[in-house]
Amino acid sequence: MAPPAPRTGDAVFANVERVNAELFTLTYGAIVRQLLTDLEEVEEVNKQLDQISIFRGYNIGIRLIDEFLTKSNISRCVDFKETAEVIAKAGFKMFLGVTASVTNWDADGTSCSLVLEDNPLVDFVELPDTCQGLYYCNILSGVIRGALEMACISPEPNFWCTHQGMCLVRLATHPR
Amino acid sequence: MQFFGGSEISPAPSAPTGSGNNAHMMYIFNRNGVCLLYREWNRPLRTLNAQQDHKLMFGLLFSLKSFTAKMDPTSVEKGNLGVPQLPGQGCSFHSFRTNTYKLSFMESPSGIKIILVTHPKTGDLQEPLKYVYNLYVEYVVKNPLYVPGTPIRCDLFNTALDQYARSLA
Repeated sequence: MAPPAPRTGDAVFANVERVNAELFTLTYGAIVRQLLTDLEEVEEVNKQLDQISIFRGYNIGIRLIDEFLTKSNISRCVDFKETAEVIAKAGFKMFLGVTASVTNWDADGTSCSLVLEDNPLVDFVELPDTCQGLYYCNILSGVIRGALEMACISPEPNFWCTHQGMCLVRLATHPR
Repeated sequence: MQFFGGSEISPAPSAPTGSGNNAHMMYIFNRNGVCLLYREWNRPLRTLNAQQDHKLMFGLLFSLKSFTAKMDPTSVEKGNLGVPQLPGQGCSFHSFRTNTYKLSFMESPSGIKIILVTHPKTGDLQEPLKYVYNLYVEYVVKNPLYVPGTPIRCDLFNTALDQYARSLA
C-alpha cells in the first residue's frame, strides 16, 4: 500500500525539475511588456493573460492538472476548503516554489483569498502610473481556473478566480 | 526524456520476467469520451470497426463505474444509478478477467481513462497504469504542439509505450 500522500508539496518540489527563477521572472515580465505594447489597453491585457489562447493561463491550467496529479499522488478533495488548501500548499509549492496562505473566507465558505507572500513572478517589477489597473499575475487565475475545470465533472466553470493585486488571488465557487 | 526536458520519470515498476508479448491492446480516453489513443500489439480477432469499438469500450466503462458504485456494500451514500460520478469519488473499479483476457482500468481525477487488455494471468496492473499516465504527462501533456482533447499523434510517446508494454509480463 503506498504511503499516505503528503498534503504539502515539499517532497514533490524536491524531486521536480526546476528552472532558474530569474529566467522565469524575466520571461514572464517580457511577455507582459510585449502584450502591453501590442494591445495598449490594460483591460485587454488582463483578459489575454487569463484566456484560452496558446500561451495564456487557461491553456496552461488544463495541462498542468495532469502533471500535478501524477507528481503529487493526491486523491480527490472532499470539499472546497480542502481544494483551496491543496492549491495553496501543494500546487503553488510544486510549480512556483512558494506556498500561499488561504485567508479571508466569506460567510458561507464559498470564496477565499490565496495570498502569495513571496511571488516569484513579481520580483524586480514596478508598475508605472499608466498601468495601475493591470492585473500583473492574472495568468495565475487562468491557470487555476483551467486546472479546476478539468478536475471537475461539469463542463461549465464552477470556480471563479480573479486577481486582486500583485500577490493576491480570489477563489470562489458556485453556492450550492 | 531525450528531447522534452530532462526530467527523471520515476523508474518503471518492476515486472516479473515473461515472454514479453503479454499486452494485447491499450486505449486512452479523455473525460468526454474522445479516444485519444488506441494501440494494438496482439489482437487476432476484430469484430467491430474502430469507431464502434471505441464507443462500445467507453460505454462499457461508464456503465461499469456506475454499477460498481451503486452496488458498493461499504459506502453510506449512493447516488442514483446513472448519475455520473466524479472520477476518484466513491469506489472505482480496477479490472475484470475472463478466461481469455484481463482488462485493467485506471481513471485520473482529471478524467483521463487508461485501459489495458492483457493475458488473464497478469497480476494487478494499477502501478503500471500509473506509470503509463506518467508517460502521458511527460510526452503528451507537456508537448506544446499537442492540442488537448484531440487524438495523440506523437511518435516518442508511441515508442515509449511499445517499449513499456513489451516489458510487462
